[in-house]
Amino acid sequence: MNAQAPASDKATDQVTEKASSALLQVNNIEAIYDHVILVLKGVSFEVPEGGIVALLGANGAGKSTTLKSISNLLRAERGEITKGSIQLAGQRTNDLTANEMVKRGCVQVMEGRHCFEHLTVEENLLTGAYTRGGASDVKSDLEKVYDYFPRLRERRSSQAGYTSGGEQQMCAIGRALMARPKLILLDEPSMGLAPQLVEQIFEIVKQLNENEGVTFLLAEQNTNVALRYSDYGYILENGRVVLDGAAADLANNEDVKEFYLGLSTQGRKSFREVKHYKRRKRWL
Amino acid sequence: MEFLQSIFVTPFVEIVDSPYFFFEVFFGGLMAGVMYSLVALGFVLIFKASGVFNFSQGVMVLFAALNFVGLLEHGVPIWLAFLITMAIMTALAFAVERLVLRHLVNQEPIILFMATIGLAFFLEGFGETLWGSEIKPLEVGIPNDVWFMGDAMIQQADVFAAVVAGAMVTVLALFFHYTRVGRALRAVADDHQAALSIGIPLNHIWIIVWAVAGVVALVAGILWGSKLGVQFSLSVIALKALPVLILGGFTSIPGAIIGGLIIGAGEKVAEVYWGSVFGGAIEEWFAYIVALVFLFFRPQGLFGDKIIERV
Repeated sequence: MNAQAPASDKATDQVTEKASSALLQVNNIEAIYDHVILVLKGVSFEVPEGGIVALLGANGAGKSTTLKSISNLLRAERGEITKGSIQLAGQRTNDLTANEMVKRGCVQVMEGRHCFEHLTVEENLLTGAYTRGGASDVKSDLEKVYDYFPRLRERRSSQAGYTSGGEQQMCAIGRALMARPKLILLDEPSMGLAPQLVEQIFEIVKQLNENEGVTFLLAEQNTNVALRYSDYGYILENGRVVLDGAAADLANNEDVKEFYLGLSTQGRKSFREVKHYKRRKRWL
Repeated sequence: MEFLQSIFVTPFVEIVDSPYFFFEVFFGGLMAGVMYSLVALGFVLIFKASGVFNFSQGVMVLFAALNFVGLLEHGVPIWLAFLITMAIMTALAFAVERLVLRHLVNQEPIILFMATIGLAFFLEGFGETLWGSEIKPLEVGIPNDVWFMGDAMIQQADVFAAVVAGAMVTVLALFFHYTRVGRALRAVADDHQAALSIGIPLNHIWIIVWAVAGVVALVAGILWGSKLGVQFSLSVIALKALPVLILGGFTSIPGAIIGGLIIGAGEKVAEVYWGSVFGGAIEEWFAYIVALVFLFFRPQGLFGDKIIERV
């Protein structure tokens, strides 16, 4: 514990220096569940305005917890941030509610999509604009979302629970857009979807980023796709950032290739060998 | 043999013999059912939006009626008494959120349920302290005559109650489907976490549903009260809402309404035609037996939310 203290001070110092450039800064946060289970052990990273940043890592590495710490959904699951700070546009947000985070322009699209099953697709989208009150431009935003996701326009009056997985993912992203966010936290958008559909959804994410200026922080297990569409990546393992770099560099990094892309200098290896190798060599 | 005959033959012969009498019984039962429906409706609202099984709903009916009748006794005009009681029920909603729900977030449902039992006892005692415990007659100008349809007698008060209940359900349905807050309530009912993730503040939603449930309780209390007088047994009648909920499904507003009608009509008809076979007074337990049978064969009730599962 004592040994870590100076490190966290240093991290805070860095923050003040860079405060101007990054939209989101996460400084050395620790998160625990149920007062005992330590999931994040000092995670730091930042997301520049207008960027797409990927958090990569295996199951249980702490990607989802990181996103929930930022959006403050963590508290609804008996979790809390015990150390470190999170800053959105230079302001500390640790103690805000999820509602206040959305009002400040940070919306999370949860893992597993979480559409409102018994509401129609259109009602789902409209609910996304809840925090904007009775704003008059909600209708035009709805049209905009339909332009990005034409499939949703076709399914607008179906109950969301009866739409396909891809449509639900689109619905969840569209719903988040309706809040007019600056930053979308996208958790595992590829989960359970066919590769072609994953490609399609990431393509739309890219477009939203370029045309609407929405910043994305995405948590993905699908390292390959995530690195192709993002600018910068952080790799999490056991609640710590073990490696970070520009997306292109990460994709060419030998270790990343081996651990997460299943490739090595000898070309594609069998999964069994990779696993075996992983047992012997670890980062940190 | 005689026993079987008295169950399977005689009642039906009687029904065919005097259809007007049957109609009268049936209709009277439906109208009692409307009252059950109103109480059940309050349960459903709160259960849907917060997953809390609100045991105190019946006492809320009593509490609202007590306040209303108490204000009337002090010479407050009816419309003002109605508005003040609505304000009291809304204040109650705020208090419940602030003092109870907020501190029990994320706890097991059984703990929240226990909290509402506590709330029930509190409200009952508090109401008694404020307004005394004697039976108070309630007169709000609901018509008291009877109509005749052929030989069947229909209480105008019953019809009035049905119209009020129908209007209220319609308003609620419109509210849930066409307003921003209504949609948010349904969203919360579907998925708490997703609702949080898009910034719907659960605390506000709880206050709103408790307030709405309070107003529903007030209407139910006025209708019951003008029929039976405002008395403490009102909260016991509200227990009949439980079999109604099991029949209609805990999550369905139409279910609460139709469940109430079925239970109301069913128990009256059963009492009149089959009561003597079982030695009378089966009205008291008929509803619970129906509920039990439903629990065996269709636990989600007639209209409970279909669990959507994609395969």
